[in-house]
Amino acid sequence: MRRVYPAISIVGGIALWWVLALIPAFSKVLPTPIAVLQAVPQQLHAGLGTNIGMSLMRVGIGFAIALVLAVPIGFLMGWYRWAQGLLEPWIQFFRTVPPIALIPMVVIIFGIGESAKIFVIWTAAFLTIVISVYQGVKNVDTTLLKAARVLGANDFNLFWDVVIPASFPYILVGVRLGLASAWSTLVAAELIASQHGLGSMIEQAGLYYQVSVIVMGIFIIGIIGFLMDRGVLWMERRLTRWQETLK
Amino acid sequence: MAGDIEIGSQHVIKVENVTKAFATGKGTHVVLDNVNLEINEGDFICVVGPSGCGKTTLLNILGGLERADGGTVLHRGIPVDGPHPSRGVIFQQYALFPWKTVLGNVEFGLKLKGIPKRERTEIALHYLDLVGLTKFKDAYPKELSGGMKQRVAIARAYAVDPEVLLMDEPFGALDAQTRGQLQEELLKTWEKEKKTVFFITHDVEEAVILANRVIMMDTHPGRIKRELRVDLPYPRNQETKLLDNFTQLKNEVWMSVYHH
Repeated sequence: MRRVYPAISIVGGIALWWVLALIPAFSKVLPTPIAVLQAVPQQLHAGLGTNIGMSLMRVGIGFAIALVLAVPIGFLMGWYRWAQGLLEPWIQFFRTVPPIALIPMVVIIFGIGESAKIFVIWTAAFLTIVISVYQGVKNVDTTLLKAARVLGANDFNLFWDVVIPASFPYILVGVRLGLASAWSTLVAAELIASQHGLGSMIEQAGLYYQVSVIVMGIFIIGIIGFLMDRGVLWMERRLTRWQETLK
Repeated sequence: MAGDIEIGSQHVIKVENVTKAFATGKGTHVVLDNVNLEINEGDFICVVGPSGCGKTTLLNILGGLERADGGTVLHRGIPVDGPHPSRGVIFQQYALFPWKTVLGNVEFGLKLKGIPKRERTEIALHYLDLVGLTKFKDAYPKELSGGMKQRVAIARAYAVDPEVLLMDEPFGALDAQTRGQLQEELLKTWEKEKKTVFFITHDVEEAVILANRVIMMDTHPGRIKRELRVDLPYPRNQETKLLDNFTQLKNEVWMSVYHH
Protein backbone atom coordinates (compact mmCIF):
# COMPACT_ATOMS: atom_id res chain seq x y z
CA MET A 1 0.00 0.00 0.00
CA ARG A 2 2.84 2.37 0.82
CA ARG A 3 3.98 2.48 -2.78
CA VAL A 4 0.51 2.78 -4.29
CA TYR A 5 -0.15 6.44 -3.56
CA PRO A 6 3.22 7.74 -4.80
CA ALA A 7 2.70 5.70 -7.98
CA ILE A 8 -0.78 7.15 -8.47
CA SER A 9 0.61 10.61 -7.83
CA ILE A 10 3.42 10.30 -10.38
CA VAL A 11 1.32 8.69 -13.11
CA GLY A 12 -1.55 11.09 -12.46
CA GLY A 13 0.73 14.11 -12.51
CA ILE A 14 2.27 13.17 -15.84
CA ALA A 15 -1.17 12.44 -17.28
CA LEU A 16 -2.44 15.84 -16.15
CA TRP A 17 0.61 17.51 -17.66
CA TRP A 18 0.03 15.66 -20.91
CA VAL A 19 -3.62 16.70 -21.07
CA LEU A 20 -2.74 20.31 -20.35
CA ALA A 21 -0.04 20.27 -23.02
CA LEU A 22 -2.62 19.18 -25.59
CA ILE A 23 -4.92 22.11 -24.83
CA PRO A 24 -4.20 24.76 -27.50
CA ALA A 25 -4.02 27.60 -24.98
CA PHE A 26 -1.13 25.92 -23.19
CA SER A 27 0.59 24.05 -26.00
CA LYS A 28 2.82 26.96 -26.94
CA VAL A 29 4.41 27.21 -23.50
CA LEU A 30 4.07 23.62 -22.35
CA PRO A 31 5.68 20.79 -24.33
CA THR A 32 4.22 17.28 -24.19
CA PRO A 33 6.14 14.56 -22.30
CA ILE A 34 6.98 13.04 -25.68
CA ALA A 35 8.51 16.28 -26.91
CA VAL A 36 10.63 16.45 -23.77
CA LEU A 37 11.82 12.87 -24.27
CA GLN A 38 12.62 13.67 -27.88
CA ALA A 39 14.75 16.57 -26.71
CA VAL A 40 17.09 14.16 -24.95
CA PRO A 41 18.79 12.55 -28.01
CA GLN A 42 18.83 15.91 -29.73
CA GLN A 43 20.57 17.54 -26.76
CA LEU A 44 22.95 14.61 -26.41
CA HIS A 45 24.36 15.65 -29.78
CA ALA A 46 24.50 19.25 -28.60
CA GLY A 47 26.63 18.42 -25.58
CA LEU A 48 24.18 17.37 -22.85
CA GLY A 49 26.84 15.02 -21.47
CA THR A 50 29.33 17.88 -21.15
CA ASN A 51 26.72 20.06 -19.48
CA ILE A 52 25.90 17.40 -16.90
CA GLY A 53 29.58 16.66 -16.41
CA MET A 54 30.47 20.31 -15.88
CA SER A 55 27.66 20.79 -13.37
CA LEU A 56 28.63 17.69 -11.43
CA MET A 57 32.28 18.67 -11.43
CA ARG A 58 31.54 22.13 -10.04
CA VAL A 59 29.31 20.75 -7.33
CA GLY A 60 31.83 18.02 -6.58
CA ILE A 61 34.74 20.41 -6.12
CA GLY A 62 32.81 23.12 -4.27
CA PHE A 63 31.12 20.61 -2.00
CA ALA A 64 34.31 18.67 -1.27
CA ILE A 65 36.20 21.79 -0.23
CA ALA A 66 33.22 22.87 1.87
CA LEU A 67 33.03 19.51 3.66
CA VAL A 68 36.76 19.35 4.36
CA LEU A 69 36.72 22.83 5.91
CA ALA A 70 33.29 22.82 7.56
CA VAL A 71 33.73 19.66 9.63
CA PRO A 72 36.82 20.77 11.57
CA ILE A 73 35.55 24.35 11.89
CA GLY A 74 32.16 23.11 13.12
CA PHE A 75 33.90 20.93 15.71
CA LEU A 76 36.07 23.83 16.78
CA MET A 77 33.03 26.06 17.24
CA GLY A 78 31.11 23.44 19.17
CA TRP A 79 34.01 22.56 21.43
CA TYR A 80 35.73 25.87 22.18
CA ARG A 81 33.77 28.85 23.32
CA TRP A 82 36.30 31.30 21.85
CA ALA A 83 35.95 29.72 18.42
CA GLN A 84 32.19 29.95 18.68
CA GLY A 85 32.40 33.58 19.77
CA LEU A 86 34.74 34.53 16.95
CA LEU A 87 33.07 32.70 14.09
CA GLU A 88 29.39 32.45 14.87
CA PRO A 89 28.38 36.08 14.14
CA TRP A 90 29.79 35.89 10.60
CA ILE A 91 28.42 32.47 9.88
CA GLN A 92 24.95 33.40 11.11
CA PHE A 93 25.11 36.62 9.09
CA PHE A 94 26.16 35.04 5.80
CA ARG A 95 23.67 32.26 6.31
CA THR A 96 20.87 34.76 5.88
CA VAL A 97 22.30 36.00 2.58
CA PRO A 98 21.21 33.84 -0.35
CA PRO A 99 24.46 32.71 -2.04
CA ILE A 100 23.09 33.90 -5.37
CA ALA A 101 23.16 37.47 -4.05
CA LEU A 102 26.93 37.11 -3.79
CA ILE A 103 27.35 36.36 -7.48
CA PRO A 104 27.89 39.91 -8.79
CA MET A 105 30.54 40.54 -6.14
CA VAL A 106 32.13 37.17 -6.76
CA VAL A 107 32.26 37.81 -10.49
CA ILE A 108 34.02 41.11 -9.84
CA ILE A 109 36.59 39.40 -7.65
CA PHE A 110 37.08 36.08 -9.46
CA GLY A 111 35.93 36.89 -12.99
CA ILE A 112 33.50 34.58 -14.73
CA GLY A 113 35.75 31.51 -14.72
CA GLU A 114 35.27 28.27 -12.83
CA SER A 115 36.56 29.64 -9.54
CA ALA A 116 33.63 32.06 -9.29
CA LYS A 117 31.07 29.27 -9.55
CA ILE A 118 32.99 26.95 -7.27
CA PHE A 119 33.26 29.71 -4.71
CA VAL A 120 29.52 30.34 -4.66
CA ILE A 121 28.80 26.63 -4.32
CA TRP A 122 31.39 26.37 -1.61
CA THR A 123 29.72 29.19 0.34
CA ALA A 124 26.31 27.55 0.18
CA ALA A 125 27.52 24.11 1.24
CA PHE A 126 30.02 25.32 3.81
CA LEU A 127 27.52 27.43 5.76
CA THR A 128 24.99 24.61 5.88
CA ILE A 129 27.46 21.93 6.95
CA VAL A 130 29.27 24.06 9.50
CA ILE A 131 26.03 24.89 11.31
CA SER A 132 24.99 21.26 11.33
CA VAL A 133 28.30 20.00 12.73
CA TYR A 134 28.36 22.78 15.31
CA GLN A 135 24.83 21.88 16.44
CA GLY A 136 25.88 18.24 16.61
CA VAL A 137 28.76 18.97 18.96
CA LYS A 138 26.57 21.25 21.08
CA ASN A 139 23.98 18.50 21.39
CA VAL A 140 26.33 15.79 22.60
CA ASP A 141 24.71 14.35 25.72
CA THR A 142 26.73 15.65 28.67
CA THR A 143 26.03 12.44 30.60
CA LEU A 144 27.98 10.56 27.94
CA LEU A 145 30.89 12.93 28.42
CA LYS A 146 30.70 12.39 32.18
CA ALA A 147 30.48 8.63 31.73
CA ALA A 148 33.61 8.69 29.58
CA ARG A 149 35.47 10.91 32.02
CA VAL A 150 34.80 8.65 35.00
CA LEU A 151 36.05 5.72 32.94
CA GLY A 152 39.36 7.54 32.54
CA ALA A 153 38.95 9.52 29.31
CA ASN A 154 41.23 12.54 28.79
CA ASP A 155 40.31 15.47 26.53
CA PHE A 156 41.62 13.72 23.46
CA ASN A 157 39.57 10.57 24.21
CA LEU A 158 36.48 12.67 24.89
CA PHE A 159 36.78 14.29 21.53
CA TRP A 160 37.79 11.26 19.52
CA ASP A 161 35.68 8.60 21.21
CA VAL A 162 32.59 10.54 22.25
CA VAL A 163 32.16 13.88 20.47
CA ILE A 164 32.96 12.63 16.98
CA PRO A 165 30.77 9.52 17.01
CA ALA A 166 27.97 11.30 18.89
CA SER A 167 27.83 14.12 16.37
CA PHE A 168 28.29 11.88 13.35
CA PRO A 169 24.55 11.77 12.56
CA TYR A 170 24.56 15.57 12.47
CA ILE A 171 27.50 15.55 10.07
CA LEU A 172 25.50 13.34 7.76
CA VAL A 173 22.51 15.64 8.01
CA GLY A 174 24.89 18.48 7.16
CA VAL A 175 26.17 16.55 4.15
CA ARG A 176 22.66 16.00 2.93
CA LEU A 177 21.50 19.58 3.37
CA GLY A 178 24.82 20.93 2.13
CA LEU A 179 24.68 18.87 -1.02
CA ALA A 180 21.12 20.01 -1.69
CA SER A 181 21.98 23.67 -1.27
CA ALA A 182 25.15 23.26 -3.33
CA TRP A 183 23.14 21.77 -6.15
CA SER A 184 20.44 24.40 -6.18
CA THR A 185 22.97 27.21 -5.89
CA LEU A 186 25.04 25.77 -8.71
CA VAL A 187 22.20 25.81 -11.16
CA ALA A 188 21.44 29.40 -10.23
CA ALA A 189 25.08 30.36 -10.63
CA GLU A 190 25.21 28.73 -14.06
CA LEU A 191 22.08 30.56 -15.11
CA ILE A 192 23.84 33.83 -14.61
CA ALA A 193 27.40 33.43 -15.70
CA SER A 194 28.39 30.31 -17.54
CA GLN A 195 28.82 28.73 -20.94
CA HIS A 196 28.38 25.11 -19.93
CA GLY A 197 26.39 23.28 -17.35
CA LEU A 198 22.75 22.43 -16.88
CA GLY A 199 21.87 25.92 -15.70
CA SER A 200 23.35 27.57 -18.74
CA MET A 201 21.76 24.95 -20.97
CA ILE A 202 18.26 25.91 -19.88
CA GLU A 203 19.18 29.58 -19.90
CA GLN A 204 20.23 29.32 -23.56
CA ALA A 205 17.21 27.21 -24.40
CA GLY A 206 15.15 30.04 -22.98
CA LEU A 207 16.78 32.51 -25.33
CA TYR A 208 15.82 30.33 -28.30
CA TYR A 209 12.37 29.50 -26.96
CA GLN A 210 13.11 25.74 -26.83
CA VAL A 211 10.55 24.91 -24.16
CA SER A 212 11.06 21.16 -24.39
CA VAL A 213 14.78 21.58 -23.69
CA ILE A 214 13.99 23.78 -20.69
CA VAL A 215 11.62 21.20 -19.24
CA MET A 216 14.07 18.41 -19.95
CA GLY A 217 16.78 20.39 -18.18
CA ILE A 218 14.52 20.93 -15.17
CA PHE A 219 13.86 17.20 -15.00
CA ILE A 220 17.53 16.29 -15.24
CA ILE A 221 18.39 18.77 -12.48
CA GLY A 222 15.60 17.38 -10.31
CA ILE A 223 16.51 13.75 -10.93
CA ILE A 224 20.20 14.28 -10.20
CA GLY A 225 19.34 16.20 -7.02
CA PHE A 226 16.96 13.45 -5.97
CA LEU A 227 19.52 10.70 -6.63
CA MET A 228 22.19 12.53 -4.65
CA ASP A 229 19.80 12.94 -1.73
CA ARG A 230 18.84 9.28 -1.82
CA GLY A 231 22.49 8.31 -2.00
CA VAL A 232 23.30 10.25 1.16
CA LEU A 233 20.21 8.87 2.93
CA TRP A 234 21.25 5.35 2.04
CA MET A 235 24.75 5.99 3.34
CA GLU A 236 23.32 7.57 6.48
CA ARG A 237 21.22 4.51 7.22
CA ARG A 238 24.17 2.19 6.74
CA LEU A 239 26.53 4.23 8.90
CA THR A 240 24.26 5.02 11.83
CA ARG A 241 22.39 1.81 12.41
CA TRP A 242 22.99 2.20 16.11
CA GLN A 243 20.77 5.28 16.28
CA GLU A 244 17.43 5.24 18.04
CA THR A 245 14.76 5.82 15.45
CA LEU A 246 11.23 7.01 15.88
CA LYS A 247 8.83 4.27 15.02
CA MET B 1 51.15 3.55 62.20
CA ALA B 2 50.38 0.55 60.03
CA GLY B 3 49.29 -1.33 63.10
CA ASP B 4 46.45 1.13 63.65
CA ILE B 5 44.82 0.29 60.37
CA GLU B 6 42.04 -2.12 60.86
CA ILE B 7 40.39 -3.71 57.86
CA GLY B 8 36.80 -2.64 57.61
CA SER B 9 37.21 0.60 59.44
CA GLN B 10 39.69 2.30 57.20
CA HIS B 11 38.34 5.35 55.42
CA VAL B 12 38.18 5.00 51.71
CA ILE B 13 36.62 8.41 51.32
CA LYS B 14 36.52 11.22 53.80
CA VAL B 15 34.23 14.19 53.23
CA GLU B 16 35.18 17.20 55.33
CA ASN B 17 33.05 20.33 55.69
CA VAL B 18 31.89 20.22 52.09
CA THR B 19 29.84 23.21 51.05
CA LYS B 20 28.32 24.04 47.70
CA ALA B 21 26.16 26.95 46.63
CA PHE B 22 24.71 28.14 43.33
CA ALA B 23 24.03 31.71 42.40
CA THR B 24 20.40 32.20 41.41
CA GLY B 25 18.44 35.25 40.37
CA LYS B 26 17.35 35.79 43.96
CA GLY B 27 20.74 35.32 45.59
CA THR B 28 22.68 32.22 46.52
CA HIS B 29 21.11 28.85 47.00
CA VAL B 30 23.03 26.66 49.43
CA VAL B 31 22.92 23.12 48.06
CA LEU B 32 25.24 21.49 50.55
CA ASP B 33 25.95 22.95 53.94
CA ASN B 34 28.94 21.64 55.82
CA VAL B 35 28.67 17.97 54.99
CA ASN B 36 30.93 15.51 56.82
CA LEU B 37 31.05 11.81 56.07
CA GLU B 38 33.46 8.93 56.35
CA ILE B 39 33.05 6.06 53.96
CA ASN B 40 34.76 2.88 55.07
CA GLU B 41 36.04 0.01 53.02
CA GLY B 42 33.24 -2.35 52.08
CA ASP B 43 30.49 0.07 53.11
CA PHE B 44 27.23 0.07 51.23
CA ILE B 45 25.96 3.55 51.93
CA CYS B 46 22.56 4.68 50.79
CA VAL B 47 21.76 8.36 50.84
CA VAL B 48 18.06 9.14 51.11
CA GLY B 49 16.55 12.55 50.92
CA PRO B 50 13.84 14.58 49.25
CA SER B 51 14.61 16.13 45.89
CA GLY B 52 16.64 19.29 46.25
CA CYS B 53 18.64 18.03 49.23
CA GLY B 54 21.82 18.04 47.18
CA LYS B 55 22.42 14.29 47.14
CA THR B 56 23.29 14.22 43.45
CA THR B 57 25.58 17.22 43.92
CA LEU B 58 27.31 15.35 46.73
CA LEU B 59 27.78 12.32 44.50
CA ASN B 60 29.15 14.48 41.71
CA ILE B 61 31.62 16.05 44.11
CA LEU B 62 32.75 12.62 45.32
CA GLY B 63 33.14 11.55 41.72
CA GLY B 64 35.16 14.65 40.85
CA LEU B 65 32.54 15.76 38.32
CA GLU B 66 31.77 18.91 40.31
CA ARG B 67 33.88 21.03 42.61
CA ALA B 68 32.96 21.89 46.17
CA ASP B 69 33.05 25.56 47.11
CA GLY B 70 34.45 24.75 50.52
CA GLY B 71 35.82 21.72 52.32
CA THR B 72 37.63 18.73 50.90
CA VAL B 73 37.01 15.21 49.75
CA LEU B 74 39.84 12.79 50.33
CA HIS B 75 40.08 9.46 48.58
CA ARG B 76 42.67 7.36 50.43
CA GLY B 77 44.07 10.60 51.76
CA ILE B 78 44.44 12.24 48.35
CA PRO B 79 42.19 15.22 47.54
CA VAL B 80 39.69 14.51 44.79
CA ASP B 81 40.21 17.06 42.03
CA GLY B 82 38.65 15.37 39.04
CA PRO B 83 37.15 12.11 37.85
CA HIS B 84 39.23 8.98 38.18
CA PRO B 85 38.57 5.37 37.12
CA SER B 86 39.07 4.30 40.73
CA ARG B 87 35.71 5.95 41.43
CA GLY B 88 33.15 4.45 39.10
CA VAL B 89 29.88 6.29 38.51
CA ILE B 90 26.56 4.80 37.44
CA PHE B 91 23.96 7.24 36.18
CA GLN B 92 20.20 7.05 36.26
CA GLN B 93 20.05 7.57 32.49
CA TYR B 94 22.42 4.60 31.91
CA ALA B 95 24.75 6.73 29.75
CA LEU B 96 25.69 3.91 27.39
CA PHE B 97 27.44 4.91 24.18
CA PRO B 98 24.71 4.25 21.61
CA TRP B 99 27.21 3.74 18.76
CA LYS B 100 29.04 0.98 20.60
CA THR B 101 27.84 -2.56 21.06
CA VAL B 102 27.26 -3.93 24.55
CA LEU B 103 30.72 -5.48 24.50
CA GLY B 104 32.23 -2.27 23.10
CA ASN B 105 30.68 -0.30 25.95
CA VAL B 106 32.08 -2.59 28.63
CA GLU B 107 35.49 -2.65 26.93
CA PHE B 108 35.71 1.13 26.63
CA GLY B 109 37.20 1.87 30.06
CA LEU B 110 39.65 -1.00 29.63
CA LYS B 111 40.72 0.40 26.27
CA LEU B 112 41.39 3.74 27.92
CA LYS B 113 43.55 1.93 30.45
CA GLY B 114 45.62 0.57 27.56
CA ILE B 115 44.72 -3.07 28.13
CA PRO B 116 45.38 -5.15 24.99
CA LYS B 117 42.42 -6.19 22.88
CA ARG B 118 42.29 -9.88 23.78
CA GLU B 119 42.58 -9.31 27.46
CA ARG B 120 39.95 -6.58 27.57
CA THR B 121 37.46 -8.73 25.70
CA GLU B 122 38.09 -11.45 28.25
CA ILE B 123 37.52 -9.09 31.18
CA ALA B 124 34.46 -7.53 29.57
CA LEU B 125 32.92 -10.92 28.88
CA HIS B 126 33.51 -11.91 32.49
CA TYR B 127 31.51 -8.92 33.73
CA LEU B 128 28.81 -9.36 31.11
CA ASP B 129 28.46 -12.89 32.37
CA LEU B 130 28.15 -11.54 35.90
CA VAL B 131 25.15 -9.43 34.88
CA GLY B 132 23.77 -12.21 32.68
CA LEU B 133 24.08 -10.46 29.34
CA THR B 134 26.68 -12.55 27.51
CA LYS B 135 24.12 -13.37 24.85
CA PHE B 136 23.64 -9.68 24.07
CA LYS B 137 27.29 -8.77 23.66
CA ASP B 138 26.87 -7.77 20.01
CA ALA B 139 23.61 -5.87 20.49
CA TYR B 140 23.39 -2.08 20.39
CA PRO B 141 21.94 -0.26 23.41
CA LYS B 142 18.78 0.68 21.52
CA GLU B 143 17.89 -3.00 21.35
CA LEU B 144 17.95 -3.40 25.15
CA SER B 145 15.33 -2.76 27.83
CA GLY B 146 16.01 -0.24 30.59
CA GLY B 147 16.98 -2.93 33.07
CA MET B 148 19.38 -4.49 30.59
CA LYS B 149 20.93 -1.13 29.80
CA GLN B 150 21.60 -0.51 33.48
CA ARG B 151 23.13 -3.99 33.80
CA VAL B 152 25.51 -3.11 30.97
CA ALA B 153 26.37 0.17 32.71
CA ILE B 154 27.08 -1.77 35.92
CA ALA B 155 29.28 -4.25 34.05
CA ARG B 156 31.08 -1.34 32.39
CA ALA B 157 31.74 0.30 35.76
CA TYR B 158 32.93 -2.96 37.36
CA ALA B 159 35.19 -3.82 34.42
CA VAL B 160 37.70 -1.05 35.19
CA ASP B 161 37.88 -2.36 38.76
CA PRO B 162 37.09 0.82 40.70
CA GLU B 163 37.55 0.96 44.44
CA VAL B 164 34.30 2.84 44.99
CA LEU B 165 31.08 2.74 43.04
CA LEU B 166 29.00 5.90 43.04
CA MET B 167 25.44 5.18 41.97
CA ASP B 168 23.03 8.03 41.27
CA GLU B 169 19.47 6.68 41.55
CA PRO B 170 20.44 3.91 39.15
CA PHE B 171 17.13 2.06 39.37
CA GLY B 172 14.92 5.14 39.52
CA ALA B 173 13.68 4.82 35.96
CA LEU B 174 12.85 1.11 36.14
CA ASP B 175 9.57 -0.64 36.90
CA ALA B 176 9.12 -2.16 40.36
CA GLN B 177 9.79 -5.73 39.34
CA THR B 178 12.97 -4.98 37.41
CA ARG B 179 14.11 -2.73 40.23
CA GLY B 180 13.72 -5.55 42.79
CA GLN B 181 15.63 -7.89 40.51
CA LEU B 182 18.49 -5.47 40.02
CA GLN B 183 18.63 -4.73 43.74
CA GLU B 184 19.10 -8.41 44.45
CA GLU B 185 21.75 -8.75 41.74
CA LEU B 186 23.59 -5.73 43.07
CA LEU B 187 23.57 -7.18 46.61
CA LYS B 188 24.93 -10.45 45.31
CA THR B 189 27.70 -8.74 43.38
CA TRP B 190 28.51 -6.54 46.35
CA GLU B 191 28.82 -9.54 48.66
CA LYS B 192 31.12 -11.18 46.12
CA GLU B 193 33.26 -8.23 45.01
CA LYS B 194 33.23 -6.30 48.29
CA LYS B 195 33.39 -2.95 46.58
CA THR B 196 32.53 0.15 48.53
CA VAL B 197 29.22 1.55 47.27
CA PHE B 198 27.75 5.02 47.64
CA PHE B 199 24.18 4.81 46.43
CA ILE B 200 21.65 7.60 46.07
CA THR B 201 17.93 6.99 46.13
CA HIS B 202 14.69 8.57 47.22
CA ASP B 203 13.14 5.15 47.75
CA VAL B 204 13.31 4.35 51.47
CA GLU B 205 12.67 0.64 50.96
CA GLU B 206 15.50 0.43 48.46
CA ALA B 207 17.85 2.18 50.88
CA VAL B 208 17.09 -0.20 53.75
CA ILE B 209 17.33 -3.40 51.72
CA LEU B 210 20.67 -2.42 50.16
CA ALA B 211 22.61 -0.46 52.74
CA ASN B 212 24.59 -1.22 55.82
CA ARG B 213 24.47 2.52 56.55
CA VAL B 214 21.60 4.80 55.58
CA ILE B 215 22.39 8.51 55.47
CA MET B 216 19.34 10.72 55.71
CA MET B 217 19.53 14.19 54.23
CA ASP B 218 17.56 17.32 54.81
CA THR B 219 16.79 20.05 52.36
CA HIS B 220 17.27 23.88 52.35
CA PRO B 221 20.12 23.80 53.03
CA GLY B 222 21.17 20.29 52.09
CA ARG B 223 22.85 18.62 55.00
CA ILE B 224 23.17 15.26 56.68
CA LYS B 225 20.42 14.88 59.23
CA ARG B 226 20.97 11.44 60.65
CA GLU B 227 22.64 8.13 60.04
CA LEU B 228 21.22 4.70 60.70
CA ARG B 229 23.02 1.36 60.73
CA VAL B 230 21.12 -1.45 59.07
CA ASP B 231 21.97 -4.76 60.69
CA LEU B 232 19.72 -6.99 58.63
CA PRO B 233 21.28 -10.39 57.98
CA TYR B 234 22.96 -11.38 54.70
CA PRO B 235 22.33 -12.66 52.14
CA ARG B 236 19.48 -10.23 51.66
CA ASN B 237 16.82 -10.73 49.04
CA GLN B 238 13.19 -9.81 48.45
CA GLU B 239 12.19 -11.98 51.41
CA THR B 240 14.23 -9.81 53.73
CA LYS B 241 11.53 -7.23 53.14
CA LEU B 242 9.12 -9.45 55.08
CA LEU B 243 11.14 -9.26 58.32
CA ASP B 244 9.67 -7.18 61.15
CA ASN B 245 13.04 -5.59 61.60
CA PHE B 246 12.98 -4.41 57.99
CA THR B 247 9.61 -2.73 58.38
CA GLN B 248 10.74 -1.07 61.57
CA LEU B 249 13.90 0.34 59.99
CA LYS B 250 11.99 1.43 56.93
CA ASN B 251 9.45 3.34 59.05
CA GLU B 252 12.22 4.95 61.01
CA VAL B 253 13.95 6.22 57.86
CA TRP B 254 10.70 7.32 56.33
CA MET B 255 9.65 9.30 59.39
CA SER B 256 13.02 10.94 59.57
CA VAL B 257 13.23 11.94 55.91
CA TYR B 258 9.73 12.71 54.80
CA HIS B 259 7.80 13.44 57.98
CA HIS B 260 8.22 16.68 59.82
